[in-house]
Amino acid sequence: MSTFLGMPSLPVYGTGNLFASESFPTAAHRELGNAQLRANLGHATHTIRDKRLKMVAELPDWEQLRDAGSAIKESVMARLPELLEQFEENFTARGGVIHWARDADEANAIVAGLVRDTGETEVVKVKSMATQEIGLNEYLEEQGITAFETDLAELIVQLDHDKPSHILVPAIHKNRTEIRDIFLREMPGADPQLTDDPAVLAMAARAHLRRKFLSAKVAVSGANFALADSGTLAVVESEGNGRMCLTLPETLITVMGVEKLLPTWQDLEVFMQLLPRSSTGERMNPYTSLWTGVTEGDGPQNMHLVLLDNGRSAALADEMGRSALHCIRCSACMNVCPVYERTGGHAYGSTYPGPIGAILSPLMTGIQAEENNSLPYASSLCGACYDACPVKINIPDILVHLRSVDVDSKRGKKKLPSQMDAGMKAASWALSSGKRLGLIEKGLPLGRLVAGPDQKITKLPGIAAGWTQSRDIPAPPQESFRSWWAKEHRKPDTSSAPEPSHEKKDQP
Amino acid sequence: MRIALFATCIVDAMYPATARAAVKILERLGHEVVFPSGQACCGQMHVNSGYLQEAVPVVANHVAAFDTDDYDVAVAPSGSCVASVKHQHPTVARSCGDKALEARATAVGAKTYELSELLVDVLGVTDAAAQLGSFFPHRVTYHPSCHGMRLLRLGDRQAQLLRSVKGIDLADLPEADQCCGFGGTFSMKNADVSSAMLEDKTANIAATGATLCTGGDASCLMHIGGGLSRQGSAVTTLHLAEILASTAEEPASVTGEVRVSTGKAAR
Ligand code: SF4
Repeated sequence: MSTFLGMPSLPVYGTGNLFASESFPTAAHRELGNAQLRANLGHATHTIRDKRLKMVAELPDWEQLRDAGSAIKESVMARLPELLEQFEENFTARGGVIHWARDADEANAIVAGLVRDTGETEVVKVKSMATQEIGLNEYLEEQGITAFETDLAELIVQLDHDKPSHILVPAIHKNRTEIRDIFLREMPGADPQLTDDPAVLAMAARAHLRRKFLSAKVAVSGANFALADSGTLAVVESEGNGRMCLTLPETLITVMGVEKLLPTWQDLEVFMQLLPRSSTGERMNPYTSLWTGVTEGDGPQNMHLVLLDNGRSAALADEMGRSALHCIRCSACMNVCPVYERTGGHAYGSTYPGPIGAILSPLMTGIQAEENNSLPYASSLCGACYDACPVKINIPDILVHLRSVDVDSKRGKKKLPSQMDAGMKAASWALSSGKRLGLIEKGLPLGRLVAGPDQKITKLPGIAAGWTQSRDIPAPPQESFRSWWAKEHRKPDTSSAPEPSHEKKDQP
Repeated sequence: MRIALFATCIVDAMYPATARAAVKILERLGHEVVFPSGQACCGQMHVNSGYLQEAVPVVANHVAAFDTDDYDVAVAPSGSCVASVKHQHPTVARSCGDKALEARATAVGAKTYELSELLVDVLGVTDAAAQLGSFFPHRVTYHPSCHGMRLLRLGDRQAQLLRSVKGIDLADLPEADQCCGFGGTFSMKNADVSSAMLEDKTANIAATGATLCTGGDASCLMHIGGGLSRQGSAVTTLHLAEILASTAEEPASVTGEVRVSTGKAAR
């Protein structure tokens, strides 16, 4: 019953939870108004940041590890079809079944069909980005199947009917009092005396989950890595809920993006050093589960893997952007991002927030999609993400690349140029000649008049109003440096010299 | 040495005192400064905003102005513009398929330095007080701008130079490595987030008790200074070139032209 669809011949854009429903500035404006959110986020991101730095500093070969991680991923992307086939062969030989899904809809339908075949109506879930990306829980719900998240933070978010805001710490936007209230309200059989002590909250969740683990017949997971040379899958986690889901049920259905492949077992050693240190700031995560096919009488007897494209081929087709697929979802980039720290994950709309989300979502959906074209602008290009990324994804460069894809995609399509278009065109003319800039600078004293007796400009119209919303502009000087220099050095050879032109190379 | 000054458009038009300070420093060290008159802008604003096509003539103009044998090295008082000249210009040239421009841009980039980089690495300045006569008796805090820090890896060059200025009281800025929120057109396109970042930066500056915030990038300083002015703070911003050029005989003007007004408290 494997539905072999083959790799799509043309890049197909992703569907599912990859879209912003409003532009980033609009969403950010709202989220910035939430003081509780900002306080929680500031505290949480700073704590993880410090832990990560400490752990990274311990390794003398950290930079080489990053280089290795980046090089391995690059080679995987270069030979993805071949590695996928190798993986399929090995996974199948060991009793697993592979399913290929072009997009979210196909993947959801495959998983629902597999669950239905077991006759069950409940599944337990290991925290997984891929299933969130395709909106699996909601789809299963429509099909009369209930999915129970078993990761503590995912459980909190699910019980609150909310959306995760961070890929590693999905409930980073909630504090413990809020969590206690959610448990009291939504968790069947919660002790009314429940306090907001983290240990007490964890125990309450544990008791709740234990009942699910012991009765569940079907589990759904994601995977952090897949090893092509053996057909092995790996899940890296902290709480042990994953281990329960991966070992107790009879049927295990894994949904994984095609980019998660690694060529060999040996490559895993690089990533097992990079991932825990970058994500939770630990030397080693508490639970790493690896499974290779079906073992009779031990663990799940039915193993399925849904290999998901959902826009990954489209991202791969973008030469400048494809390294976004190297991402191992450690979340280091969002933890160090000054924008994410203040807006939180919901402002990015998609399952993937923060700096990586700002490039990955538009790469997977196409920049023309809905409001995703505002995501590449959600960055001051400070570069903190690139420095933190364990696989060295040059996020700032890809952001800039996607901005130009966005600008170019609109060229000639607008009836009227935007203020930004017009401004950039004018600035290009003015700033591509020293002579023209010099002439314009002759108008500086005019700016002093505009600035008035206060010698500052406090209100500007149009897009520049964004600047004066929180910043004054100083009154310009009496004269530019250029003009001062010309006066100081009034020698015939400099002041009257023709300015260098583009044709200079052709001159003798 | 014959040193070509790339003033950068914002310093040329808005902060001429910064460029004059850079000239003073270099001349004091016995070097000759030239100003290629064709220069205008590095084009970073266009590139970073996605207007690659519009960036091409700006980049071509910069390369034409600086692709001469008339000088030994070029210097700019901005980490961000130097990073653009070094890293973005060849890319822009490549994007429009101009191989010759790409090669010339790469050559220009290779001999372009950020001011502190030139002073420390090439001209061997380790003690500003002794070698430049720098004297600046003020409590100052220092914001290391992102592009100098992460794209050029300037490390502590700027801070070291400042520390060696006579009379300076250099206060450590908490969370110094955090972006100030400028980000070029980001400050307008995402004005709310940019302002939120700025608020935290100015709060940290205020916490140092400094009367001045310095740095190596006029654009970040304009953004920070503009925020301080709007908040009515008495703290102003000043480019580090002006602090280095300041001497006992010829002190830098800390409230002179083009500083954003010193705020209500000072008036
Ligand atoms: S982009 Fe890099 S830092 Fe960000 S989540 Fe992915 S691997 Fe981690």
